[in-house]
Amino acid sequence: MKNNGQQGVIAAIMLAIFLVFVARLFYVQVITDSYSIWATQNAIRKVTVYPARGVMFDRNGERVVVNRPIYDLMVVPRQLDPQMDTLSFCRLLGIEKDIFIERISKAKKFSRFKASLFQAQISVEEFAAIQERLHEFPGFYPESRTVRTYPFASAAHVLGYIGEVNDRQIEKSEGYYQMGDYIGIAGIELSYEEALRGKRGVKYQYVDVHNRIVGSYKEGEFDSMAVAGEALQLSLDIQLQNYAEQLLANKRGSVVAIEPATGEILAFVSSPYYDPNLLVGSVRGKNYRTLVIDPTKPLFNRPLQAQYPPGSIFKPVQALIGQELGILKPETRYPCGGGYRMGSHTVKCTHVHTALNLEESVQFSCNPYYCWAFKNMVDHNPGHSSAAGYDIWRGFMNRFTVGEKTGIDIPNEAKGILPSVNYYDKIHGKGRWRANSIISLSIGQGEVGMTPLQMANIMAIIANKGWHYPPHFVKGIGDSLALPENFKQKKNVGIQEGYFDVVIEAMQKVVDAGTARAYGKLDSITICGKTGTAQNPHGKDHAVFVCFAPRENPKIAIAVIIENAGFGGVWAAPVASLMIEKYLLGGTKRPELEKRILEATIQ
Amino acid sequence: MRTTSRTEKTIFQYIDKPLLLLYVALTLIGWIAIYAAVYNEEHKSIFDLTQNYGKQLVFIGSGYLILTIILALDFRLYEGLSPFVYIAAMVLGIAVIFFAREVNGAKAWFEIGSFRLQPAEFMKLATAMMVAYYFSNTDITLQKNKAKFVLGAIILVPIAIIFLQHDTGSALVYFSFIFVAYREGLSSFYLVAGALAIFIVVMTLLFNEWIISSILVVIATLYVLFARKLKPAILKAVVILLPALFIIFSVNYAFENILEEHQRQRINVLLGKVEDFRGAGYNVHQSLIAIGSGGFWGKGFLQGTQTKFDFVPEQSTDFIFCTIGEEYGFVGSLILLILYGALLLRILEVSERQTTRFARVYGYSVASILFFHVFINIGMTIGLLPVIGIPLPFISYGGSSLWSFTILLGILIRLDSGRKLTLR
Repeated sequence: MKNNGQQGVIAAIMLAIFLVFVARLFYVQVITDSYSIWATQNAIRKVTVYPARGVMFDRNGERVVVNRPIYDLMVVPRQLDPQMDTLSFCRLLGIEKDIFIERISKAKKFSRFKASLFQAQISVEEFAAIQERLHEFPGFYPESRTVRTYPFASAAHVLGYIGEVNDRQIEKSEGYYQMGDYIGIAGIELSYEEALRGKRGVKYQYVDVHNRIVGSYKEGEFDSMAVAGEALQLSLDIQLQNYAEQLLANKRGSVVAIEPATGEILAFVSSPYYDPNLLVGSVRGKNYRTLVIDPTKPLFNRPLQAQYPPGSIFKPVQALIGQELGILKPETRYPCGGGYRMGSHTVKCTHVHTALNLEESVQFSCNPYYCWAFKNMVDHNPGHSSAAGYDIWRGFMNRFTVGEKTGIDIPNEAKGILPSVNYYDKIHGKGRWRANSIISLSIGQGEVGMTPLQMANIMAIIANKGWHYPPHFVKGIGDSLALPENFKQKKNVGIQEGYFDVVIEAMQKVVDAGTARAYGKLDSITICGKTGTAQNPHGKDHAVFVCFAPRENPKIAIAVIIENAGFGGVWAAPVASLMIEKYLLGGTKRPELEKRILEATIQ
Repeated sequence: MRTTSRTEKTIFQYIDKPLLLLYVALTLIGWIAIYAAVYNEEHKSIFDLTQNYGKQLVFIGSGYLILTIILALDFRLYEGLSPFVYIAAMVLGIAVIFFAREVNGAKAWFEIGSFRLQPAEFMKLATAMMVAYYFSNTDITLQKNKAKFVLGAIILVPIAIIFLQHDTGSALVYFSFIFVAYREGLSSFYLVAGALAIFIVVMTLLFNEWIISSILVVIATLYVLFARKLKPAILKAVVILLPALFIIFSVNYAFENILEEHQRQRINVLLGKVEDFRGAGYNVHQSLIAIGSGGFWGKGFLQGTQTKFDFVPEQSTDFIFCTIGEEYGFVGSLILLILYGALLLRILEVSERQTTRFARVYGYSVASILFFHVFINIGMTIGLLPVIGIPLPFISYGGSSLWSFTILLGILIRLDSGRKLTLR
């Protein structure tokens, strides 16, 4: 059959359709750029690069909190070798075959293409052995991470711990934290979170349809580096801290040591304590639950939160306030007679003294003396009612951080107890109470509670003769060693420097020849201290000893509380004096005493 | 021996060089595109036989061997073999329904070890030979209804078998024989009617059938009212209107009852009735992203992110054009279309110069089959046609399709090279 132009028609139809295709391709590829944008969204992922969390050094540059590299073994189910030698792999990792099967099926359930965690937190040493043979097992690869670690296993209550953020924290952070991020949960880790966490970086990477990373985007042109968290220099002396922890082993109680000139905390022990390494990584949850149900309450931060009636350590403070108010003078004497009588009630004294002067009253801890003194401060403050007199007295006490937070840089500080005028007005009726109604306050008993931290702070104030910096753990943040502003502000209690001499003299005599002489005195260092006994309605009284040393140029102020240990001179004073030796002299010359304290168990 | 070598010399002398060159160029482009599509770092060598690109090289190599054998055989053989080839292919096509394992809902592959053979690919070739064989009887004229009927039967048999294989998409290719019929004297009315029918079907799927039919009735009424002679006008209007209305009202029935759910989805996506980037529309959406992001010049060899990272499904087979579009951009796509255009036009030229009707009809069948494959495949990847899984000739990965296209084209080249020895 002849070609009557059919060839041309067919060719024209074909070419017409090809032209439509060319037009369509021109539109899709050249004119519109929406497909390029889609392509970018498809294949480029923003990956967060986590910075190393800031480390912490103690005041002598010892590494207290560091990041330890560990390995997580990841598995991509699709890449597994079906003929893999499961048995030798299990032996390599030291796991049972059941566990292997269970983990693999769990990983498969999550995704065949994406990596799942197979085994968490393999130490560098363990991993070295695994790595040698890992190439025999395709589908497994290591991911290096870091965990917090505490070389000294010490100061858990101070340092705190970190954990994964919860939903509420994510919401509150307004986009900063993401699921799986770590955040400080307690202690310094929490209060210095912003400095420690550093700045996250961003990497843009190509991913495939299964979300697997297959390369970097434009050679990392748009990537930003992660900035490591800032290092903290702590005021703690980790050796001293460790020593204090050992001294308090098998005892319940607290030790707080402060450098008076700066407010820097040198040691801060809550006993029973725990190894901070327990609250790290994958074992944190399990160990945390064990610690929570432990009846000895190792998680309880005693120096920060336990409130004890201060007892006799109140006396030096009363002696100071009395002088400032013009009630007491060094030569002021009050009768003792074994007790201060008010009607049927008597505040007893431990001894029967002759009438003592101010210095002796502190040295021998005379209760009636301070009842008289308190009565005069409250009831006979010239021109004031009892309530107003009490309020003035309370103001001084507050400046000594009694019933006031010290402002320390770890969270959840207890403020202690010192009732206000309103409180007594409610109980006794307005204008219907006088000093005698609240006379037990004069000797640090009754409605008064102080934390060991506050007790130590009082010693710092006395050592400084009237001022202090808020106690704190951090000497400096980052390379510049910046110190938060509030720790640079000197606080004054409003008592003339001259009034301190008689009190300090008395406190030296407490140690040299008074209630703490047996175990507190040192030959080479002059210690000024005061024993106390905190009444305990639930059992044996708590032993309290506070002191500072050396008298001439105070370097350390200490409060020691040992629960249920009775009189402060027997157990608390030796702990304090051993710490002073350790801190100022590098160690004790009284090994028998040290041994006795280290080995003693007081529950 | 001496005679043979002289014959061979003559054969290769008369081989159409443009066709051969275009064939070789397309197969090599396919090989490189497959390499880029499934490239992975662990198997960088393009000759790696464990990878699809290595295997495709084997298919190409054996394809060249098959071509050589076809060219070496006596050209008169093919005409005589045609009915047997046709019957054999149809039997294989039926056999596969009984013996094949179901893959993606279709029973279309023979599996011999790791080797898979798809009879449907060879059924196209066999049908082309059979159609040519039928027309080789010079008395056949499509003016007669009998010829139309026989031709229809030759084409409907493979279509029916393919439906039974549940591989409905590739049945569309057989509509390409309308070009062959047109060349051999079928009235252009059928071509126009066919185009109109497609237009009406699309419109009906897009809009309500009542709206379309009302519009047609109005047009017919207006035509009758303004016609000079009333009677022939009414007759014409009715003759055109009735089948049109029949199509309109059977479209929805066919759409709802004959097509399968995924096919309905694909068509709805194409018509823009449904936007579904994750389900039925995923393939085309990803395909468009890959091609569209190629831009004017393309991203460069092995630089395509969308195809390389598996965003585009079936990237080495049905969606191979995406890799070319992404890595070589508009320019590369245009060059490929020009190559195909040149191939098709050359085949039409070659067909017209044949001295036998068998050879000419066969040539037109080759052009039509190839054109439909390119049309449907590229139309699908650029979102102009619904997703139908048929290969891009000479380019898509796969032995069955490459070999069947090679044989399809090879026989034409052989017939052409022997044309001067036959005068009928």
